Amino acid sequence: MSKLTLSDDVRATHGSKAPMLAMVGGALVLLSGLLSWSADSTVLDDVSVRFYPIGAQIYIMVMGITAIVLGVLLRKRPAWMSPGRGLRILGWATIAFVLLMALFAIGYETGALANLNEGLPVALVGGVLVLLAGMVTPEVTLDVRRWPKLSSSLEIVVIVVMMAFLLFAVAHALSLESWTFIAFLLMLVGVAGAVLGTGIGGYLGFVGANNRRPLLLAAFLVAFLFPFTQDGSDANMSIATQIIIFAATALGLNIVVGLAGLLDLGYIAFLGTGAYVGAMMSQSAFATIGWKPPFLVVMLIGSLVAATFGLIIGSPTLRVSGDYLAIVTLGFGEIFRLAMFNLDGNNGPKLTNGPNGIPGIPDLNFFGFDFGESHSIAGFELGRFANYYLLLLLLIAFVILVFSRLNDSRLGRGWVAIREDERAAEAMGVNVFGLKLLAFAVGAALAGIAGTIKAHVDTSVSPDQYIFLESAFLLAAVVLGGMGTVVGVLVGASILKLLPEKLREVNDYRLLAFGLLLVLMMRFRPEGLVASKRRQLEFHEDDEELVALTQQEHLLEAQAEAK
Amino acid sequence: MSTLEATNVGHQVGHKVVLEASNVTMRFGGLTAVNDVSMQVHDGEIVGLIGPNGAGKTTFFNCLTGMYIPTEGTVKLSGEVLPPKPLKVVRAGMARTFQNIRLFGNMTALENVMVGRYCRTSSMALTSVLRGPKFKREEAATRERAQELLDYVGLGKSAELLARNMPYGDQRRLEIARALATDPQLLLLDEPTAGMNPKETEECMHLIFKIRDSGLAVVVIEHDMRFIFQLCDRVLCLVRGALLIEGTPGEVQSDPRVIEAYIGGSDDDDDEEGTK
Repeated sequence: MSKLTLSDDVRATHGSKAPMLAMVGGALVLLSGLLSWSADSTVLDDVSVRFYPIGAQIYIMVMGITAIVLGVLLRKRPAWMSPGRGLRILGWATIAFVLLMALFAIGYETGALANLNEGLPVALVGGVLVLLAGMVTPEVTLDVRRWPKLSSSLEIVVIVVMMAFLLFAVAHALSLESWTFIAFLLMLVGVAGAVLGTGIGGYLGFVGANNRRPLLLAAFLVAFLFPFTQDGSDANMSIATQIIIFAATALGLNIVVGLAGLLDLGYIAFLGTGAYVGAMMSQSAFATIGWKPPFLVVMLIGSLVAATFGLIIGSPTLRVSGDYLAIVTLGFGEIFRLAMFNLDGNNGPKLTNGPNGIPGIPDLNFFGFDFGESHSIAGFELGRFANYYLLLLLLIAFVILVFSRLNDSRLGRGWVAIREDERAAEAMGVNVFGLKLLAFAVGAALAGIAGTIKAHVDTSVSPDQYIFLESAFLLAAVVLGGMGTVVGVLVGASILKLLPEKLREVNDYRLLAFGLLLVLMMRFRPEGLVASKRRQLEFHEDDEELVALTQQEHLLEAQAEAK
Repeated sequence: MSTLEATNVGHQVGHKVVLEASNVTMRFGGLTAVNDVSMQVHDGEIVGLIGPNGAGKTTFFNCLTGMYIPTEGTVKLSGEVLPPKPLKVVRAGMARTFQNIRLFGNMTALENVMVGRYCRTSSMALTSVLRGPKFKREEAATRERAQELLDYVGLGKSAELLARNMPYGDQRRLEIARALATDPQLLLLDEPTAGMNPKETEECMHLIFKIRDSGLAVVVIEHDMRFIFQLCDRVLCLVRGALLIEGTPGEVQSDPRVIEAYIGGSDDDDDEEGTK
């Protein structure tokens, strides 16, 4: 982003105008929410009425208020804040918001840009002013030692507020449809980006790092409470289950790609392996294996089979590296799909029923608890998908546990060392080949477990679910969210699974949109949405402010740990 | 620099042979990079390896550490023949640094050294996930030892810095700390003072003496003649892959062939690592 900021001279002469610019810009953006956006009353839940803000208009007003608050902060700012960065992010987000709404939500949906009314142009002017304010704000090195010190109970309150906000945001986002959903997402990106970019992000991260256990507990509590906000409706829960399965698999892939630095383009095959094992050992009439062990055993077998496949694929292919490894794994993914396609009794043993797959997989039943039926818990109705959601929540908790504990261990350090410099790692006594195999095996095992549950959630398994595109999406989730991080991958997986569900109108263009999204990401934020500070440095080495900041934070965290 | 010369005086080289390389030859196709080089290193000894650019010093190091499989010859560490696998060489007790620094740039200094402990620790996947008392003990011991080594090389305060952000001289010292973390009997240093200013070079020399005094044998490749003649108990000079002369710093320094090799050898100005 360095090219997009102004020279120091300009900043020095016009820096004093920044607070005013930000406040005027923010006021314009705020005002635009009260104006009419469209002459056509059918789009965006009717944004044609003046002084009656609704949906997307409310969101833009929130962005306006954020800009005003940042402008006020800019006047007498604490040493640990840098509203300049935040204003720039907010400015860009506002402009993107306005353009998307104007061109697509109104222009494309109503068929004519002529339907545009005064609201969005006013917001555009406001957005540009906010961006300008961010650009002329003099950059100063943040001093993280000035972070306010809260008592530990207050810190926990901060976490609880954050989590409550998260739960509310997710529940609200899921209730939205199409363009309003996009508008909400953009507002979240803008406001969150502005707040985090200002320096509060680093602070919140610090608070989180100090209270890891409460943070984790709160996060899972929020996730656990989520089905209870759905009034027994299964529509969103169905998406949620798909997201968790996808995220669990992506986290497995994250070990291989994010930690060990091995590019795997055929990863979906391991999820498929688990799913087929789950299907073949299920009570389905089409299941091909007579042995019906309890589901826990099936899960174990699924993960073991997937891990074995991982080892089989790994041992010959890991002798190649980089692009070659990517090509070989891509080939393996296709081999898996074709093998499942052909093991139908004609061309080989009858295991998979070929293209027909294994349908009619019954719901799980744990000790009389039937996952297929609605249950009422404390007055709340939980449907079929909600049941699976809670089971999958346990799965993802397990996956996160495995991932983060491995990451923070001798093996994790070995993996990162291999990613950084394979030959040096070897010369320092790291068992490179063994660790690479282990990464493949552990990642595959996690995907395998997810697969066995997926078979029951989907009630059927067929080869066409495990195409290359799915592998590409998994990789996209990892890259989009942030390689090597847990939260990043969860965010990436959620976005990649949610967007197509919420944007059914433009489903035909979804690949185009994802491609565009990835290209933009690689240009502006190559480290991913939620990047570890480490990755951020890797891509923005020349950003001295960031380097200094990171060093300070490291020291501070080390001090906190020592205490 | 008179204080430095004093440091090496009165030091006794041990009698135990730590490293014995016999007739090591390395050919790449038609090119003989290392030709029939033999070398012995005793405990508590600092041996220097000099020679003009392209003489095969780094290639010889790579043969010793198992990064290359020598075409002929064997390498013995404390009497045991070393298999040409870097992993096994490190476990056996030989560690190295690199000519062009090869740290794990995006890991902190402490983590870099902790990676060096990898081959001396044993917790595997299951123990790492379960986090039993044994894992915690080992992890704490690893961390403690790494911090100790950072203090030892004088980087104790930089533990939480990313390796890539550290000053050049510190990176060199960090590489030494990382190598020491593998508990070696023998330390191979490939141009440890390249790019250092005189003050840093002096500190580096003190550090090497300190390492030697703790009982390790050290082999140093260096171009800085003053440094090497002050530092080493014995010096080997390689020219065009072959051993030209071996002797005390005084003997090597005054040998006309060494001077000739340096002046006359300027036509092949290739850098072994640099050309890769």
